[in-house]
Amino acid sequence: MGHRLKLFLPLILFTLLAITLFRGLSLDPSEMPSALIDRPLPAFSLPALGQARTLTEVDVLGQVALLNVWATWCVSCRVEHPYLKQLADQGIPIFGINYKDDDAAAQRWLDELGNPYRFNIADREGSLGLDLGVYGAPETYLLDAKGVVRYRHVGVVDENVWRTVLEPLYRELTTQGSAP
Amino acid sequence: MTLLRLLLLAGLVLGAARALALIETYEFSKPELEARYQQLSEELRCPKCQNQNIADSNAPIAQDLRKLLHQQLEQGASDEEILDYMVARYGEFVRYRPRFGGSAVALWLAPVLLFIAGIAVVLLTLRSRAKTTAAGTAALSAEEQARLRALLEKVERDS
Repeated sequence: MGHRLKLFLPLILFTLLAITLFRGLSLDPSEMPSALIDRPLPAFSLPALGQARTLTEVDVLGQVALLNVWATWCVSCRVEHPYLKQLADQGIPIFGINYKDDDAAAQRWLDELGNPYRFNIADREGSLGLDLGVYGAPETYLLDAKGVVRYRHVGVVDENVWRTVLEPLYRELTTQGSAP
Repeated sequence: MTLLRLLLLAGLVLGAARALALIETYEFSKPELEARYQQLSEELRCPKCQNQNIADSNAPIAQDLRKLLHQQLEQGASDEEILDYMVARYGEFVRYRPRFGGSAVALWLAPVLLFIAGIAVVLLTLRSRAKTTAAGTAALSAEEQARLRALLEKVERDS
């Protein structure tokens, strides 16, 4: 009996390896969860883009919201922008972080392409981006009403990402928030 | 000839300018800080580019992290503080030498476990081999002994 099993050993090993490698095919190694998940948004105090006021982490509190990291030098942000406008039109609160950008260029972008953001944090030096662990724009953070980071999506938010990933989480958080 | 020399010189100068544009240099107040900078920048992984450390990568984020590393070293932060700072923002991912704990336990223990498994396989193989050879020499029954004797006698008679 022991000898019989030994004969199957290569087959068993092969199957295990095949399963592991097959799983590896559908994994995306560039996708990594933010280190900030379930932790509050880091404290910041930065100027608002195009407004004479200072924004802090308190300004995003009060509702479930998206925090979108963007810049005019970021090509994918231009791709993403029309969909963000659609989301904003549906009433989804979106805050922007204008990441390592030139204020004038950013303002021009908003004037020409439209502004889906409630306000924009002008993170000229990328200090807030650093505290958030941003490593490339666009990135979108899902914040709950208490300002806790619940999810981070790296890359363009499009219809597919919104429907399959962000919207379910968003709905869940909004119903949680409205329940007593 | 002079034209060739001129071209070569131009090439060298332009090449050097390109190299300077690729990677910035930092001034350190103490040489030991520079050594730690080299060591840490080789140990920190670039979040954007997966399989490069921040010393090798030219991604904007790697440039930012190098700048930050330089700042923190000059401010007198310890290696541990710098690594904690990076991990708090980019997760355990940024360390090429992950801490023992969490999902990295498998990473740390796998070599030891595989080594033990290898030794076990070798020992088992050796033991079973020893058993078969021992069984091969010792186990001639009385009947077989008699047959062996008869055969040997027959060979002797025939020759």
